[in-house]
Amino acid sequence: MTAAKSADPVPSIYTTSPAMQRRNAAETRFRLYGLVAIALSLSLLAVMLVTIFRDGTSSFFQARLSYTVELTEKVLDPKGNRNRDEMTKVTTVGYGKVLSAGLMATLEARNIDLGGLKPKEVAELISKDAAGGLRAKVLADPALVGSTIEVSVFAAGRVDGFLKGRVTMESAKLDSNISPEQLELADRMRTAGILSSGWNWDFFTNPDASDQRPEAAGLGVALIGSLYLMILVALMCVPVGVAASIYLEEFAPKNTLTDAIEVNVSNLAAVPSIVYGILGLSIFINVFGLPQSSSLVGALVISLMTLPTIIIATRAAIRAVPPSIRDAALGVGASKMQTVFHHVLPLAMPGILTGTILGLAAGLGQSAPLLLIGMVAFVDNHPAPPLDGFLDPATALPVQIYTWVTRSDPAFVERSNGAIIVLLAFLVVMNLLAILARRKFERRW
Amino acid sequence: MSFFKLSASTVAILAASTVIASARDQIQVTGSSTVLPYATIVAEAFGENFDFPSPVVEGGGSGAGRKKLCEGVGENTVDIANSSSRISQSDLDLCAANGVAEVMEVRIGYDGIVFASDVGGADFAFSPADIYSALGAKVAKDGALTDNTAATWADVNPALPAQDILALVPGTKHGTREVFDVKVIEAGCKATGALDLFLATAEGADDKEKEKNAKGMCHELRTDGKSVDIDGDYTETLARLDADKKAVGVFGLSFYQNNTDKLKVAPIDGIVPSVETIASGDYPVSRPLYFYVKKAHLGVIPGLKEYIEFFVSDEMAGPEGPLAEYGLVSDPELAKTQAEVAAETPMGPLE
Repeated sequence: MTAAKSADPVPSIYTTSPAMQRRNAAETRFRLYGLVAIALSLSLLAVMLVTIFRDGTSSFFQARLSYTVELTEKVLDPKGNRNRDEMTKVTTVGYGKVLSAGLMATLEARNIDLGGLKPKEVAELISKDAAGGLRAKVLADPALVGSTIEVSVFAAGRVDGFLKGRVTMESAKLDSNISPEQLELADRMRTAGILSSGWNWDFFTNPDASDQRPEAAGLGVALIGSLYLMILVALMCVPVGVAASIYLEEFAPKNTLTDAIEVNVSNLAAVPSIVYGILGLSIFINVFGLPQSSSLVGALVISLMTLPTIIIATRAAIRAVPPSIRDAALGVGASKMQTVFHHVLPLAMPGILTGTILGLAAGLGQSAPLLLIGMVAFVDNHPAPPLDGFLDPATALPVQIYTWVTRSDPAFVERSNGAIIVLLAFLVVMNLLAILARRKFERRW
Repeated sequence: MSFFKLSASTVAILAASTVIASARDQIQVTGSSTVLPYATIVAEAFGENFDFPSPVVEGGGSGAGRKKLCEGVGENTVDIANSSSRISQSDLDLCAANGVAEVMEVRIGYDGIVFASDVGGADFAFSPADIYSALGAKVAKDGALTDNTAATWADVNPALPAQDILALVPGTKHGTREVFDVKVIEAGCKATGALDLFLATAEGADDKEKEKNAKGMCHELRTDGKSVDIDGDYTETLARLDADKKAVGVFGLSFYQNNTDKLKVAPIDGIVPSVETIASGDYPVSRPLYFYVKKAHLGVIPGLKEYIEFFVSDEMAGPEGPLAEYGLVSDPELAKTQAEVAAETPMGPLE
């Protein structure tokens, strides 16, 4: 049938000509390329998320040892008068001894076979972090000395890794930090209920820890630091950014100067973030003398970076308000300022909020500009509450991820993946806020 | 108007709080990323055992840290610079120019540099000559310098496994590279006779300059992909080694000790690197680690003196302390360092 029709001098539109076939094929191919591109990017995202969640979820759980410890007066308060100042002379070494003696006594009382391990090797199962916590507790309440208390302390990082399957008997044979015998003892302790793994709030509250105690490292300082950064950046950027945009968009005359400003704002948005870090070091720290490593300096630097983004987004939002609204407002006798604040700004609000939140989210993920102002550091003390806390040393979430990845103990890799999950959660929440804000304030006309 | 008032008062509050907080109460430490883990261990223990806040410790590199130390005196400058190599005269000149008159030098111990390969791979035992013959750009062959063509380790030394040469060495911005160059490459260059050949061709006004140039020629490594510079830290070297199990990587002793389940160490000249062999001086590739203290800040920054005394105390830096446990080789002359720190002795001119 087709053969007969193709002989027709005027081809029917029901038969596809070779040219038509080529165009159709080109379109099919183009759609296919699009699908492949989407599938590729989605699968890369999926691979990334799966790896991060696979390697990171375990950091939210941590092995702990729960047992009873006798707070021996002879070690902790040799003079016996419960005087805090004298008791501070006893260092964490002394408290470590008390903790390991307590563990030995518990194991003996529960008839758990030590498997030929020496007391020192048994003590290695306890985190090095435990002694510091106990010392702080006893110094806060010296009356505890002499009593027997229940403690719940972190198990050493390798023991935690054993419960999570990261450390095995085979790897322990080669590992200089743990032996298979110690792992067997850990196994018996788990059966006896002394060692158990549970949800780890300390991961969100503890400060960073040194390389010897990955089990105690947490995001406390980084979370507070990131929160302070966001508060300060929002406080500094939103008023300035919105005011600048309104002026440029509604009031400024159109001339070479405003054109130049416009071009420069767009250029500033494209400046690499490290440059702002250098600026922060040389201006805010060296000239103004603001304290190093503080959230305030970090926020100033990130504000400089975020400001152009916010100005661009706000101007686009203001420009998207139909001119008829302005004309109508001016027509019924509103002043220019009334027009802007009563009509244009409320209608531009969803766009402004979305732009601001996305700008803040981009700032939240920055680590390069913080490198030069001393926020990429080991900070062991939580920053104080505001306002003083804005000047205390702090780190930020992306910085914490970076510092953990470079540590030698493999347990830190797990923790940096955990920190990435927390950062991603933050970003998802901020993006959701942006969507919700948009939905709530959006008006159609 | 209210907006203007609000922003004005925000600025005023910020300015006021800056003045209140101008007395810094925590120590600021910066410098070498090799010393960083040791410094964090001490900082953490310091925070636990003293009524001072823990110092803030930054990494970033020895050279950058010393420059920061020499920026000047005052609360917004750092107190201590960690360093994996000794301070240079140019740093001291910079210090003097910026009013940092007295600097205390504190040697905390020694760090070993080890060659390690994948734990499941072949066994290696190197001498500096093997390393130089495998990695040097030009090697001595029959009394003349030729381009290095060795393809496998067995080509270099029949006692080594017949495995393709691939070495992951620290990049030039690392302090570790300097030690690698001087203690391994230069020693190997000399042992293979290449140094003498370089000397014959080296240009220079006098013998001293000639020798310097000849040594510089020794440091040239081959560029055909057999020797790979790693600019990141040891975790990157480990990741590369994991991807290519036939590679041999250069690590710090402490990093190796924390990853013995993944890495196998190669003895140098028959000596297995360990805290003991480095302390005794038998293992050839090691270096001292230092930190430098701005003396003008002692007594001004609370806890600074206590921190440096605590750092070099037997409890921390001694052979039984946590630093040694982590891989620092404790200094046999620690008692002398402790006495110097107690007396706040500033360092003399460099020899």
